[in-house]
Amino acid sequence: MSAKKSNDPFFWSLFGAGGALSALLIPVFLFLVGIATPVGWVEGPAYETTQMVMLHPLVRIAAFFLVSLSLFHWAHRFRFTLYDGLQLKHLFNLIAVICYGGALVGSTITGYILW
Amino acid sequence: MNQNIHHTPHHPKWYRVRKPVFWWVKRFADIRFIFRELTSVAVAYSVILLVVFYRTLLTGPGAYLDLMETLKEPFWITVNIFALGAVLYHTYTWFNAAPRAIVVRLGKWRIPDLMIVGGNYAAWAVLSAAIFWLYVSG
Amino acid sequence: MASTITLEVYRYRPEEESEPVFQSYEVPLRSDWVILDALNHVKDQEDGTLSYRWSCRMGVCGSCGMMVNGKPVLTCAAFLESYAPDPIRIEPLQHFPVVRDLVTDVDDFLGKLKSVKPWIVRDEEKPVEEGEYIQTPEELADFKQYSMCINCMLCYAACPVYGLEPDFTGPAAIAIAQRYNFDNRDQGNDDRMDVLSHDDGIWSCTLVGECSEVCPKDVDPAGAIQRYKLAGAASWWKSVLLPWQNR
Repeated sequence: MSAKKSNDPFFWSLFGAGGALSALLIPVFLFLVGIATPVGWVEGPAYETTQMVMLHPLVRIAAFFLVSLSLFHWAHRFRFTLYDGLQLKHLFNLIAVICYGGALVGSTITGYILW
Repeated sequence: MNQNIHHTPHHPKWYRVRKPVFWWVKRFADIRFIFRELTSVAVAYSVILLVVFYRTLLTGPGAYLDLMETLKEPFWITVNIFALGAVLYHTYTWFNAAPRAIVVRLGKWRIPDLMIVGGNYAAWAVLSAAIFWLYVSG
Repeated sequence: MASTITLEVYRYRPEEESEPVFQSYEVPLRSDWVILDALNHVKDQEDGTLSYRWSCRMGVCGSCGMMVNGKPVLTCAAFLESYAPDPIRIEPLQHFPVVRDLVTDVDDFLGKLKSVKPWIVRDEEKPVEEGEYIQTPEELADFKQYSMCINCMLCYAACPVYGLEPDFTGPAAIAIAQRYNFDNRDQGNDDRMDVLSHDDGIWSCTLVGECSEVCPKDVDPAGAIQRYKLAGAASWWKSVLLPWQNR
């Protein structure tokens, strides 16, 4: 049986890393910035403090990885959801380009912003 | 499929059913699976929000405050509540699935699944608490 | 309690009709009867034309898998009383072509099973004079769970990916591959990785997890596949980052 060597292991690794990082860090971020602060349950730090912490190079690098890997996590998972949920496997090239391409574009924009 | 079968008029025809596109709407377990996979959209939304957050930090206090004001709108609060629900479900299902991929043995003893799941939740709790504390203490 | 229960049984007689039909049978509702007993009763007493597979009637041969009320079960392990008093719908195992009545064609699974080399692969056979292969209880524990597979194919019926893509290798075949991969006597990991680490192999799996839910022997094929993905990814990275190392 001929084995078509797959590139999926690479994307699966990104999917796994992105899934783990996002599972650990996103809930608290979304809770604090998206709900608790706007609603008034907590008082966020002042602009200057936030800027100082978040723009620290190490934090920027960590944020870049979090964003990029999470986008690739989405890309890989969404690609397979389109196969399983909408039976679009015959469009696999197009879907792969849209998903991974989207994640790549997103990562590039993020890198540009965070630089 | 066995390509060696030749159908003749006298050979019985096998009955094959194609799975319908929306096979997953019938059983709750299948709907739950598709929802689990779609939590990745909430994850992507969250990190995009993070990038927007960064953008305002780099633009200036005006932009930052505008963002904070926008986030107070009921529309965005509702969106974020749903997104948080989805992201929490992602975290829950991810941690529960983790031990199946990783079997760690220390000598003769295999780390029980519960410890790996527990370890993940512990890490999550510690990180979340640390970030929360950093955030509220200014 | 009523003394009988209705079975709604899927019939497919290709020489008579081109579509399947359901036929109802009333069978005694005995507390110690499983669905297989009821089917045997139908075949013995009421309708000898009903076709289905069975053998050991005790959950070790893997022959009697069918869809019961939409779920893949071993009919020798499903008691009538669990379904009473409602009628029980019995259909052939999902995702396989139906040959006749409740009999499906399983050649696809058998081909895939063979493709993963489900035997001890050695670079060189140890000559008999050198003695036996030693295996400690811990080494046995590494793969024992995956060796419990009885090839009943309930996992294939439960797996939506297999239902959508017939080329997918499938849960049981991959679990059985892992049974040999983790066996300390076996040296065939690379061979099997070549077969399985491609798009129709482990990478089609999206961890739906239904396979492990329906497995009657607790093989946990979903876990086996996830472990294989980790190994496959590691192997891929190694081949990219350290290409000079012979795998």
